Amino acid sequence: MIFAVISVAILVTMVLAVARAIKGPSLYDRVLAVNMFGTKTALLLAVVAFLFGREDFLDLALAYALINVVGVLAVLEFFESRTASERESAND
Amino acid sequence: MTELWFWFIEIVSSGLLVIGGLCVLIGGIGVLRMPDLYARMHASSLTDTMATLALFSGLMLQAGLTLATVKLFAIMVFLLLTGPTATYALANAALNAGLKPTGGPIDQTKLDQTKKDSV
Repeated sequence: MIFAVISVAILVTMVLAVARAIKGPSLYDRVLAVNMFGTKTALLLAVVAFLFGREDFLDLALAYALINVVGVLAVLEFFESRTASERESAND
Repeated sequence: MTELWFWFIEIVSSGLLVIGGLCVLIGGIGVLRMPDLYARMHASSLTDTMATLALFSGLMLQAGLTLATVKLFAIMVFLLLTGPTATYALANAALNAGLKPTGGPIDQTKLDQTKKDSV
């Protein structure tokens, strides 16, 4: 019963993160919200593993945590190179 | 005697799970309501570290001495190592792009004036 309550709490937080991703005025608000959504997904998978009694979901949580961190760093690198090239073309 | 031990473990792990759930909710509300990007980063990193510690400790207590505990420990260590790294990378990218922290609607000059009046 406690696992169902915690799963609902994590789901509500994921909805709040998506609301920030829709509303956030700058780019970095949206990247922050998507990163938070990804880490909450890993937490939700771990809690759901105990709710359903299947141990395989823990492997999914580990894999998704890995994918999430690499994805966020790749997105930041992409936008940094675009910002740097815009600044160079503005200086020219 | 062992039944008392089981009840104790269950109460402690349920308490830790509830603390983790509260931290996740508080962080989510903070990300939605904070006035500045950097304040939102504080709220998001609260969910990254504190909720991870509390939730995974509670789950490890319930799993006992099995393989699931080792997996949970590995996930927890990984999230604790990479969460602050991603937050730092995001803050660094935002500062390099030129987004200065304004700190929201608190008026700093009025705070300094009240300090001088009280002296």
